[in-house]
Amino acid sequence: MEDHFSSVRFLLISALIVMVGVIIASMVGMGIQEESKGMAKPTLLFLWLFTSTGKLFSFVQFIGFFGPLIGIFLGFDSINRERVSRTLSKLLSQPIYRDSVINAKFLASVAIIAIVLVAIVLIISGLGIRLIGVIPGAEEVWRLAIYIITSILYISFWLGISILFSVIFRSTATSALASLAIWIFFSFFLSLGAGFLANAIVPAGQAAVDPTLAIKKFEIQRIISHCSPITLYSEATSTILDPTRNTTNPLAFVLMGPLEKLSASRFQNPLPLLQSLIIIVPYLISIVAITFLCFGVCYLVFMRQEIRTV
Amino acid sequence: MERQIVIEAEGLTKRYGHQIAVNSLNVQIYEGEVFGFLGPNGAGKTTTLLMFLGLTEPTSGRVRVIGFDPTRDPFHVKEKVGYLPENVGFYDDMDARQNLQYIARLNRIPDKISAGRIDESLKVVGLLEEVSKKVGTYSKGMRQRLGIAEVLIKEPKLIFLDEPTIGLDPDGTNRMLDLIHSLSREKNITIFLSSHLLDQVQRICDRVGIMIKGDLVAMGPIQELAKKKLGVDKEHYTLEEIYMKYFKEA
Repeated sequence: MEDHFSSVRFLLISALIVMVGVIIASMVGMGIQEESKGMAKPTLLFLWLFTSTGKLFSFVQFIGFFGPLIGIFLGFDSINRERVSRTLSKLLSQPIYRDSVINAKFLASVAIIAIVLVAIVLIISGLGIRLIGVIPGAEEVWRLAIYIITSILYISFWLGISILFSVIFRSTATSALASLAIWIFFSFFLSLGAGFLANAIVPAGQAAVDPTLAIKKFEIQRIISHCSPITLYSEATSTILDPTRNTTNPLAFVLMGPLEKLSASRFQNPLPLLQSLIIIVPYLISIVAITFLCFGVCYLVFMRQEIRTV
Repeated sequence: MERQIVIEAEGLTKRYGHQIAVNSLNVQIYEGEVFGFLGPNGAGKTTTLLMFLGLTEPTSGRVRVIGFDPTRDPFHVKEKVGYLPENVGFYDDMDARQNLQYIARLNRIPDKISAGRIDESLKVVGLLEEVSKKVGTYSKGMRQRLGIAEVLIKEPKLIFLDEPTIGLDPDGTNRMLDLIHSLSREKNITIFLSSHLLDQVQRICDRVGIMIKGDLVAMGPIQELAKKKLGVDKEHYTLEEIYMKYFKEA
C-alpha cells in the first residue's frame, strides 16, 4: 500500500546502510587478508567479515545499534501522517477492513527491512569473497540466513514501537521523539541502570569479600540487562555468527578454575550449527514474543480508536 | 408512489462519557432526495454521519443504510456509500489521476474499468484539464471538487457531504452547489448534506433537518417548516428565519 520505494527517506536509509556496510566489509576484509597471509585459513573465516570489529565496529554491532533507528524511521509517522493530512477518515470510508490498514503499514515496512538487509549482506559477502578469497560453505550460509531472520524480527520490533506511537500521538514529531527516547533508554540507560541496581541490592564491598554474593550480583545485573531487546539481539547474533562462542553466559569464563580452563581448552573447536541454534533459541523466542506483543498492542489500540476528522 | 427508504434511524444515540453527542435520533431519508442536515458547530452532525458510515459505534439505537447495518456490516455500506469529510485530504505528491486510481483500487475496481470512470468523474467536476498537476498545488475549490470526483469513482447510491462549501469563494460555492444539484437530478444519487450555511442549503435541498445540541428539533420540507414556524400568511421567508426561531427556542 505504501510507496516506500520512491520516498527520499528510504533512499537515505539504504544509502547510509550500504555505505557503512561497504566500508566495514572492505576494512575488515583487508584486515583479514593481512592477518591470514601465509597461514592456513581457519574454519568459518567467512563469518569474520560480519563479526570482527576492524578499526571501528563490526557489521553486527552496527545493525544492533542502528537497526532500531531504521525501524523507527520507517514507522514513526505511518498512521498520524494520514491523520494530519486528513486522508485517514477517507481511507477508512472505503470498503476495506480497518485492520488491513494497519497490517499493510506493518508488512510493507517489514518487506522493506528484509530487502535492505538481504541486499547489504549480499554486498558484504560479494566484496568479502573478492578480498579474502574464501567461498562460504553451507553452514556459513545457514548461519547468515538465521542472522538475517533474527535481524528482521529485531528491526520489526522497533518498527512496531514506532507505529504504536504513531497511533497514539497525533503529532509526528512527538511519536518520533517518543520512539527515540525508548531507543536511547534501552541502548544507554538500561545497562548503566542494571549496574546501579545490582550495586544497590548487593553492595560492592560485600561482593568483594563473599564470592557467592559476587555471583548473585552478576546474575542480577544480567537479568536486568536482558530486559533490553538490544542485549537479546546482540547476544543471539554474536552466538550464531561466532561458532567458537559456546555459551552466552560470561560467568562460565569468570568462574573457571585452572583445571576447568584446561578441560575447556580441549573443546575449543567451533560448535556445530545445531548447538549454536539451541543456545540462542530462548533469545529468538523472546525477540519474536516482544515483536508480536508490540504489534498486537498497536493493532488493538488502532482498532478501538475513535476516528474523528477534527 | 412509494419511495424507497435509503437511511432509516431509530433512537440512534451516541454518548461520549457523560456528554450526549446525539440524542435518540429518528430520521428517514428517501431515494433521490437532497437532505440538508443543519445545526450549529458541535451539534452532533459529524458524529451522526460517522455512525451512518460505521466509523463510530452508536451507544444505542438502530440504523439501516441502503439496507445494511453499518455497525455490523460496514463493508457493504462503504461499497455503495460515498463520504466526503470536511476539509478532505489527498496524497499531495500524487496527481489527481493517481489519487483517484488509488481509491479505485481500494474499492477493488479493475484498472481497465476505473480508467474510464476516472476520466468521466473528472469531467463531471471540471478538472480534466488539471489532471496531471500534483494535488498539492490545487486550490481549495479544486480540492473540494476532486473530493466529489473521488466519491463518484465507486458509483455510489448515496453520498454524505460534510460542509462541502465551507471556505470556498462565491464562484467555487456556486459550482459546488450546481454540481451537487445535478448529481441528484441526473444520476438519482441521494445526497445527505451537513452544513450551517443556510442560504445554500435553501437553494438545493428538498428537505432539511435541524439538529441542536444532539436533538433533532425539526424535520421536513422547508416550506412546511416555514408554515409551522412563521405562519401561513408570510410569502417571503428565508431558512435563516426558521432556523433562528428553532435555535432560540432550544
